[in-house]
Amino acid sequence: MREYQENSVVQAIDRLSDSFHRLTLFAPRIAAAARPGQFVMASCGTTLDPLLRRPFSIHQAFADGALELLVKVIGRGTSYLSTLRPGAELSLIGPLGRGFHLTTHGPVTLVGGGIGIAPLLFLASHLPTDSKISTCTVLLGSRTNTDLLVLTEEFKQLGCQVRTATDDGSLGHHGFVSELLPAALPGAHMVFTCGPHAMMTTVARLCLDAGIRCEASLEAHMACGLGACLGCTIHGAGNTYRHVCKHGPVFDATEVAWTP
Amino acid sequence: MDTLTTAVPPEMKISLGPLHLANPVMTASGTFGYGAEFSNLVDLQRLGALVVKGISLEPRPGNPPPRVVETACGMLNAIGLENVGLDRFIHQKMPFLRTCGSRIIVNILGDSIDEYAILAEKLTLVTGVDGLEVNISCPNVKKGGVAFGTVPEMAAAVTRAVKNATDLPVIIKLSPNVTDIAAMAKAVDESGADAVSLINTLIGMAIDIHSQKPKLANIIGGLSGPAIKPVALRMVWQVARTVSIPVVGIGGIGTAEDAIEFLLAGASAVQIGTANFYNPAAAEQILTGIEAYLSRQGASSIHDIIGSLRTTI
Ligand SMILES: Cc1cc2nc3c(=O)[nH]c(=O)nc-3n(C[C@H](O)[C@H](O)[C@H](O)COP(=O)(O)OP(=O)(O)OC[C@H]3O[C@@H](n4cnc5c(N)ncnc54)[C@H](O)[C@@H]3O)c2cc1C
Ligand SMILES: Cc1cc2nc3c(=O)[nH]c(=O)nc-3n(C[C@H](O)[C@H](O)[C@H](O)COP(=O)(O)O)c2cc1C
Ligand code: FES
Repeated sequence: MREYQENSVVQAIDRLSDSFHRLTLFAPRIAAAARPGQFVMASCGTTLDPLLRRPFSIHQAFADGALELLVKVIGRGTSYLSTLRPGAELSLIGPLGRGFHLTTHGPVTLVGGGIGIAPLLFLASHLPTDSKISTCTVLLGSRTNTDLLVLTEEFKQLGCQVRTATDDGSLGHHGFVSELLPAALPGAHMVFTCGPHAMMTTVARLCLDAGIRCEASLEAHMACGLGACLGCTIHGAGNTYRHVCKHGPVFDATEVAWTP
Repeated sequence: MDTLTTAVPPEMKISLGPLHLANPVMTASGTFGYGAEFSNLVDLQRLGALVVKGISLEPRPGNPPPRVVETACGMLNAIGLENVGLDRFIHQKMPFLRTCGSRIIVNILGDSIDEYAILAEKLTLVTGVDGLEVNISCPNVKKGGVAFGTVPEMAAAVTRAVKNATDLPVIIKLSPNVTDIAAMAKAVDESGADAVSLINTLIGMAIDIHSQKPKLANIIGGLSGPAIKPVALRMVWQVARTVSIPVVGIGGIGTAEDAIEFLLAGASAVQIGTANFYNPAAAEQILTGIEAYLSRQGASSIHDIIGSLRTTI
């Protein structure tokens, strides 16, 4: 496993909803090496301000060299990405970090909240086919229905059962996506989650209590993404510090100190 | 066209006292890990030297998160000198560093003069270590936490202790958080340092106005990146005209043009820090760019531009 610095070229940019943009990039070396749960560091501008690259989960990677990012605009870097047009160049470093560990052959449940859904599509498309058919349950949550319409269809096309929750009740359960988990837990061999920290905390606790293995993809502010700056720290279990870019971004739920 | 007129590539070798480097472009401590982190992205053999993350006698866990925050053309960090400690550095990090084809400078830090001296003594025995860089921007625990690098007498005492403990080349890395940088440089020069490097980060802070909390858990942190370049350049120029030993320029260098400014101001070498994060190719591009500049200037050697700033209009 190694990482590359690659000048990718934007092939397409799709606006899935008010907040989600999907960038399709041609990045053959990174796409070929990418594993579900890994991320890239993207240069979000061409000047010295903003200065640092931004981390993005790999949303999809294809054999033809296409690499997809799902981007939610929250600030200057992400808004720059949302304005890129086909043909534009985007410097990437990747694939980075430790991804999801597909150890189970039994049924799995994926829990994604908001932009945390991004890495789960790549994961769902890489689940072993024997466990995928009707045994992959995907719980998706977001603020409102438009964020989820396209993504729900794509998970279904992969053979997953999808249940949704929205903050405004416009699609599926009216409330938190983590509230859908207790009903989905019985029978699950493993749970994979990515989303807001509070949501993942609830998911991790439910799984730990039920004795079900859970992996969570965490976030931290990053300067390098390479394990060099030691900036991307989180509190790990047992009073340790862990670095999201190197030890993660995907952690076993038992490795993380979930209390704030 | 250029290549036709310059048959001989310019001489890039420089010396920091007894430490001889193939070229003046180094990577700065704390921004390049222990080398291996960049080995897939950078040709380490092309670096003049690789300066590793600061090492203390015992491992240090570092500060609570968040530890980094981006600022205008720069970043603040409060890593808290997290490092693997001397033993693990020697056993886990040196084997790779020995084989990477670059000169290795070990950056050391301590909270007492004794700790610096012990580190220097022990690292002298480690094969593959080509020099020491002494980070004196650390609090002296015995002197109420006043940073070694802010009092000339304390900086001088660390320099003497390290020099007495080793025969490796010793670079003292200066803190910019002082009133008179030239006085600090003079003190370490007179105490036997082989070279000085500057600047370390400038202390700063940032506040989140929505939560009304500091953006760093440590509240304050070190500012680095292009934002600090003018300050660093001024300090390098002041120090270069004060001391007799070589000066290594650090601070916001991201392009060959930036590096050349430091060389003109009197630096014999430069270190690339924060730029490694946003552009891992920076050090190699800077080296190539300096060579091209020398050729364009018709200069046969890097020494033709070191300190050749023209101050008369
Ligand atoms: C491993 C990982 C995977 C991610 N995957 C995705 C993804 O697939 N899609 C997506 O839209 N976003 C993802 N994020 C979050 C994304 O990195 C931030 O939204 C982005 O950095 C914000 O940049 P900005 O300039 O728009 O915002 P600003 O708030 O202006 O950014 C200022 C600084 O804070 C940092 N920052 C702000 N929010 C975050 C955050 N949540 N996580 C890390 N750094 C942050 C920025 O990198 C930058 O250095 C991921 C984060 C991590 C750590
Ligand atoms: C994340 C980070 C960690 C650093 N760690 C160290 C360190 O351990 N020891 C040290 O002497 N300097 C350390 N520095 C300072 C740099 O080596 C350099 O002096 C400073 O960042 C200014 O250069 P720059 O603007 O090119 O980054 C660190 C800087 C950064 C950004
Ligand atoms: S982002 Fe630099 S070590 Fe993780």
